[in-house]
Amino acid sequence: MEQTLDNKQAELKTFIDGFRDKEHFESYLIAVLHKAQEIHGYLKKDVMDDIAREMNIPTSHIWGVATFYHYFNLKPIGKYKISICLGTACYVKGAERILNAVKKELGIEMGDTTPDELFTLQITRCLGACGLAPVAMINDKIHGELTAEKMVDILRKYRKAAMAEAAEKAKEQQ
Amino acid sequence: MKKDDKRQYALILCDGPACLRKKSKNLEEVIKQELDKRGMADRVRLTLSGCLGMCDKGPILIVNPGYVIYGGVTEHDIPAIVEQHLINGEPIARLEINEDHLFNRFFRVFGDVGFFGKQMRITLRNCGIIDPEKIDDYLSVRGYEALAKVLTDISPEDVVKEIKKSGLRGRGGAGYPTGIKWELTRKSEGSPKYVICNADEGDPGAFMDRSAIEGDPHTVIEGMIIGGYATGADKGFVYIRAEYPLAIKRLEKALGEAKTHGFLGKNIMGSDFSFDIEIKLGAGAFVCGEETALIHSIEGSRGMPRPRPPFPSVSGLFGKPTLINNVETWANIPVIILDGADWFSSIGTETSKGTKVFAVAGKVKNTGLVEVPMGTTLREIIYDIAGGIADDKKFKAVQTGGPSGGCLPEEYLDTKIDYESLSKAGSIMGSGGMIVIDEDSCMVNISKFFLEFTENESCGKCTPCREGTKRMLEILTRITDGKGEEGDIEKLERLGNMIKKASLCGLGQSAPNPVLSTIKNFREEYEEHIKEKKCRASACIALLSYTITDKCIGCMACRRACPVNAISGEPKVKHVVDKTRCVKCGLCFNICKFDAIDRR
Repeated sequence: MEQTLDNKQAELKTFIDGFRDKEHFESYLIAVLHKAQEIHGYLKKDVMDDIAREMNIPTSHIWGVATFYHYFNLKPIGKYKISICLGTACYVKGAERILNAVKKELGIEMGDTTPDELFTLQITRCLGACGLAPVAMINDKIHGELTAEKMVDILRKYRKAAMAEAAEKAKEQQ
Repeated sequence: MKKDDKRQYALILCDGPACLRKKSKNLEEVIKQELDKRGMADRVRLTLSGCLGMCDKGPILIVNPGYVIYGGVTEHDIPAIVEQHLINGEPIARLEINEDHLFNRFFRVFGDVGFFGKQMRITLRNCGIIDPEKIDDYLSVRGYEALAKVLTDISPEDVVKEIKKSGLRGRGGAGYPTGIKWELTRKSEGSPKYVICNADEGDPGAFMDRSAIEGDPHTVIEGMIIGGYATGADKGFVYIRAEYPLAIKRLEKALGEAKTHGFLGKNIMGSDFSFDIEIKLGAGAFVCGEETALIHSIEGSRGMPRPRPPFPSVSGLFGKPTLINNVETWANIPVIILDGADWFSSIGTETSKGTKVFAVAGKVKNTGLVEVPMGTTLREIIYDIAGGIADDKKFKAVQTGGPSGGCLPEEYLDTKIDYESLSKAGSIMGSGGMIVIDEDSCMVNISKFFLEFTENESCGKCTPCREGTKRMLEILTRITDGKGEEGDIEKLERLGNMIKKASLCGLGQSAPNPVLSTIKNFREEYEEHIKEKKCRASACIALLSYTITDKCIGCMACRRACPVNAISGEPKVKHVVDKTRCVKCGLCFNICKFDAIDRR
């Protein structure tokens, strides 16, 4: 069941309330932004406004924080978030080729989302899985020892799985 | 283990990311099922450990007693291991990792394996030995004994003295003497005081902090509590990257268990000392590894550094005296307290005591974590421990210290590692990333890669770093695109030295290091790129040119593959590349089955 907007707001509010008794309440802003992103998928402007009101912090400050850290998405992201590791170990083992293969396969550039909202392409700096270099992370799953061909295969598998899922859903609704 | 325990064997299964990917999670199930089937379930204890560092040989299964290490274990091997080893008591030779019997200095557990033979594990001493999610395991290896010792027998002043005497220096990179930091924080006036563990491991290619926390979170926690006691702080924070979910989970669990056992919270172990630790998540900003930036981030702001002094030990988190140390530094504390500063300072070199953990990656045979005494040479790490260069290629350089460090060529391989010798050689110790580069990598391209990183991660506060790195990157991009000009190298040197001198924080002060060190050690590669428009490693695409040799049989495969129709030729006749149209995509090179395309 999809969460309704009200539920999402309530969940975030409960999370914020959990910090109210702590010293330096405002210092929990980054934790709150993490939670907001977990709930909404990205940091919407009106969500940041809500947080500003709840925590009594100027929106400008929140915006400053949200734009400073790479982890926060300010645009909606796709169902699968692809993070290509460009850490040093991956780089010397050919991460750029993997990145180019993904760009070509999906027809998008870094930071973009495919029109069908399935994939978002991002780069990340070192996932700490250097033993498996080159690696990429799709949502929370690490794919290692990649080649350009292997990466394209993996993307196609994800697409197929998503299409099967959508078909299943459509069937249920009928 | 209790006396009436019927268990005969303890199995340790590695579930580090490399082993996990090779299905170690499945193995756990299969082992459990097999043990059940053979009625051995109550006689064998199965433990999951964090990364053992032998990622190359995974999945790893260790059988104790006997210290038999099995590598490359698959589910098909499990019935044999249970039958032959656990029931009949005969280890299976074909699965055993049993390399040369090298001199083993420290660890009889891993003594028979070359990978561990030259290592000396102090901070990682429990990683792979205990179950990181069980506090009882930690207690069984003298866990929290150091804390008990300081709370009952040693005054805070004497703890600081002991740390000072040990000669321990900050493992986060700069190598500032830890004891002096503690003393300054202790003497600073202000209340409350804070203790911070810097686990914002941002250097690409470095993963020792992650492994230390995943494999043995209690050691870090115990170190922090002792730090709190010594400096008079009552609150600690662990600032950890959000990208490390398993480490965060294990840390949370460990903190919870430490609390229920009375090692954290009010009146620890019945003493007057109270201390608590909270986890704060980072959000992906490299500069937050810098201590003042990290403090701003914990305060909920943009993680930008500020000028020092005042140092955090005087005015840190929320303007209060703050002791901030790196994960690895903290992990050394319990050992120093238990085994003494004298023992600790007997290890290492004149100026650098103890051990250092390195994350060795890149083009070596065995990638993974190694912990060696200070004074070990780069050659010993790369060739004896990491097994040398993969695919029998030629060694070109070793990069230490991540984006703040430098690249050292072959003549520095016999450098004995310590803070001073590495900086004298033109690199830095840094947090412990060590990337080995072979002849297939272009040094200009590598330094461009590092500069892209620092340029992107520059917080933008001070001009030399924000603008300077951008200009340097432009010049490097020009060189790798084949548009380098006479004088570019000198410009890079001038800019680099300026940025080093004028930047506010460690990020800017060290950002030019990869470029300056590669210019110093590999100047001829820069010159080739600029003057001859040539890249000897064939890594800079714009500098490559493709020609078809006499090996061509005219199969037309390349002609069909070429996206810009730059290849012409009739069937069964040698083809030709039109260099004015060629976009250097390399498709023809990849598709040719006859090795007839020459790329240089």
